[in-house]
Amino acid sequence: MVTSRRTYLQFAMAIGVAVALAASALAQVAPGAAFPPLAADGLAGGPLPDTSGKVVIVDFWASWCAPCKASFPAYSRLQGEFAARGLVVVGISVDESPAAYAAFVARLKPSFATLHDSKHALVALVQVPTMPTSYLVDREGKVRFVHAGFHGDATERELRSEIEGLLGGRAGAP
Amino acid sequence: MKRFPKKLIVLAGLAAMALAAGGCSTSAVRVRPWERAALADEVMNPNPDPLGAAMSEHVYFSRAAASGGQGVGGSGCGCN
Repeated sequence: MVTSRRTYLQFAMAIGVAVALAASALAQVAPGAAFPPLAADGLAGGPLPDTSGKVVIVDFWASWCAPCKASFPAYSRLQGEFAARGLVVVGISVDESPAAYAAFVARLKPSFATLHDSKHALVALVQVPTMPTSYLVDREGKVRFVHAGFHGDATERELRSEIEGLLGGRAGAP
Repeated sequence: MKRFPKKLIVLAGLAAMALAAGGCSTSAVRVRPWERAALADEVMNPNPDPLGAAMSEHVYFSRAAASGGQGVGGSGCGCN
């Protein structure tokens, strides 16, 4: 009787832990959280840029997403402007088709690194709220700002100011 | 035959229900933002030719002296 009770309690606890783990696995990456390591998720499409000790913008995009296309020139400008001071921009495509990914990159010729998350492993881990979404990650690998969507000059202005803060060591909250 | 305490059975039942209900949460059933390639396709646009649609509407207005009503459900039977 005691053994059965213990077994049932363990079973119930296991289910509880499974539910909690599932819930946490589906949680969005928010400011203050550590960004998942890019190297761990089998990204294809090119060599992984060196991001250690750098301020990193990780931008999730797709070839079928119009604002993503509009954001590429802005990210190219930011990469050109801040790379020497320690900024790395990485564009992660969530296209299902490798051909669509390759054609988009060939057409837009971004100056920053692009990778292909063909199995949606990383994007599912991060749980991006919309397309595109970019994460500004500080030198310690912690997410400092999240930009859901791309709103032209306004987003670029905000990013520039936030990057300046992080590169200059005057990063604001959180 | 062993009999299990009612409490434990209820507890196990609740845990199973929580697990089952978790599968119905919006995060589990909705199409994720990164999975919308097919939905973003041009063929899914309900109005792929706005200029053509505007011209058709103008012809309809000129012919029937009526305007609006596009997009309203029903077929004139008065049932909805």
